[in-house]
Amino acid sequence: MLRFIVRRLLQLIPILLGLSVLLFAWLRALPGGPAQAALGERATPEAIAQYNELFGLDEPLYVQYFRFLGRAVQLDFGSSTQYGRPVSEVFLERFPGTIELTLFAMLFAIGVGIPLGYLAARRYGSFLDSASVVGSLIGVAIPVFFLAYLLRLLFAVELGWLPGSGRQDVRIDATRITNFYVLDGLLTREWDAAWDAVLHLVLPAIALGTIPLAIIVRITRASVLDVVNEDYVRTANAKGLAMATVRRRHIIRNALLPVSTTIGLQTGLLLSGAVLTETVFAFGGVGSTLYDAIRFRDFAVLQGFILMLAVVYVLVNLLVDISYGLLDPRVRVR
Amino acid sequence: MSSLQAPVLEVEDLAVRFTRRGEQSTRAVDGVSFSVAPGETIGLVGESGCGKSVTSLAIMGLLPRRGVEVTGSVRFDGNDLVGAPDHVLRGLRGADMGMVFQDPLSSLNPTVPIGTQVTEVLLEHREMSKAEARDEAVRLLDRVGIPDPSRRLKEYPHQLSGGMRQRALIAMALACAPRLLIADEPTTALDVTIQAQILELLRELVVDSGTALVMITHDLGVVAGLCDRVHVMYAGKIIETADRRDLFARPRQPYTGGLLSSVPRLDSARGAPLTPIRGSARDAIPWSEGCAFAPRCDNAQDDCLTEVSGSTVPLVPDGPGRELRCRHPLEHPSAPSGATASGAAR
Repeated sequence: MLRFIVRRLLQLIPILLGLSVLLFAWLRALPGGPAQAALGERATPEAIAQYNELFGLDEPLYVQYFRFLGRAVQLDFGSSTQYGRPVSEVFLERFPGTIELTLFAMLFAIGVGIPLGYLAARRYGSFLDSASVVGSLIGVAIPVFFLAYLLRLLFAVELGWLPGSGRQDVRIDATRITNFYVLDGLLTREWDAAWDAVLHLVLPAIALGTIPLAIIVRITRASVLDVVNEDYVRTANAKGLAMATVRRRHIIRNALLPVSTTIGLQTGLLLSGAVLTETVFAFGGVGSTLYDAIRFRDFAVLQGFILMLAVVYVLVNLLVDISYGLLDPRVRVR
Repeated sequence: MSSLQAPVLEVEDLAVRFTRRGEQSTRAVDGVSFSVAPGETIGLVGESGCGKSVTSLAIMGLLPRRGVEVTGSVRFDGNDLVGAPDHVLRGLRGADMGMVFQDPLSSLNPTVPIGTQVTEVLLEHREMSKAEARDEAVRLLDRVGIPDPSRRLKEYPHQLSGGMRQRALIAMALACAPRLLIADEPTTALDVTIQAQILELLRELVVDSGTALVMITHDLGVVAGLCDRVHVMYAGKIIETADRRDLFARPRQPYTGGLLSSVPRLDSARGAPLTPIRGSARDAIPWSEGCAFAPRCDNAQDDCLTEVSGSTVPLVPDGPGRELRCRHPLEHPSAPSGATASGAAR
């Protein structure tokens, strides 16, 4: 097991090296180079030369690359031009928001998706079944930003039931420890702050969780339909086990194997930033930060965030593989 | 060797029809009757698709309820199981009637340890603590010949060999000492040497515990080694019933004869050709139109068809302890005189 984990962590190195080369090359390939990109189209040649000298951009490419790499290893991605702070500091502030949003979105998707998919399979061919199939098709097909706007318009603007932007009501002066707003509220016993943070998560989590929800419903349904026809379910019935035992131990347990893979992959995707949802809800996570970084040509933030999100993505996938081994003894790694 | 004891299982006029919306229903099993007594082993023999597995699933009440129509009666200890409520069937299955399936790998849950799959039967049907069930599971695995049983309990199906898996399945079926065991092709997926071991194990169980055994197989070697009485099935109906010795010595139905002569024998001359049955089970015609085997039968004559004879071929007594569904059976010089084609002379 340990060897497996170490091997997977070592695989991170070539992935990150490749990604760093791509990111580095991309920045240099911008028309007029980073200086022009940063200073704008009407920058004077003198200003560009000064900028290049200031940031070492007049040196050979390989020197620049290795300097970039050397700093990146120490998590130094330079300073954000928007915020005037180190990129890693911005990341640590924004990433917890995205984690919270992802967790809530996946809780919604799993909590609704698995029971719904299971019921649809059990009532195969019923109205509930057809409705869940059609519904999940709509869920996959509906554009996220459209759904996000719709939810915000209806529940935040028109009905005013839930907050429609940000992560916390500005009137609440909450203490920050971890930048996980809900967790901070619980740790500091500022219950109102924690509850307010939860309320702020509801609408974005539903908007963001809809696609994973639709996928989970479909996969659960298909998987349960597969498993109920397996020989071992017949064996379980031949043993005269109570229906509840057959369902829990023999049907659901096996049916959830493919679902768990999907959950892992979707979690990884959501963690790498929900640009559309976060932007609509002005939610201060990595997604909206990336969006702003693109808009304001904040290349340091772009580079740093993309590299760190790549690490996160690989780590999440590693976790998925490990958990898969725990669920299915046949793929258990030694 | 019919036993003197009252039969454990009596199947009478069992029929299974599969119906699908918008399609004509198909009769997988039609008018099947047989019984089995404690300590007796009967064989249901036939090619794949002849309805023998469906028969066994119908007895166990394991056919899906939707789209399946079961008629006739399956009496277990005198109680009819056809149409019995689910909880009654669940109470009997595993406790009083066990079943062993064909493919041991797919018949075991891949994500649950062998031990749990054995103990769950005990915990369901017997008043036992988990520790007692575990000890009993060790004894059961030991009894079916699995070495180092306490270690095996913690293992998963994929860690066991094919023969071990089948032994584990048998242990599960036997956990509560059922009075009826149905084995559906239990050796088909196994190597020949393992096959022999499994059959020997089943034979011992019948002898030791007086379990009634219904052996479902297409393998006449299994029948020869194990069964007291044999029912040969074709296209959903029983076409010949006889004690094992009689059947092998004097098969009467041309289909049975064909099955016997298509088995390679060590004592036949080298190079002597096997005589397979022509065609395949798919060539069967519906019984209502005539003998289903007629299209493949060498003895077939015009009156095998309902159109000519005016009636479907009936299953009739054919000498002591024998029944036959055939108008033009195989004749044997030693056959008891009077056992004519229709058996009507009896």
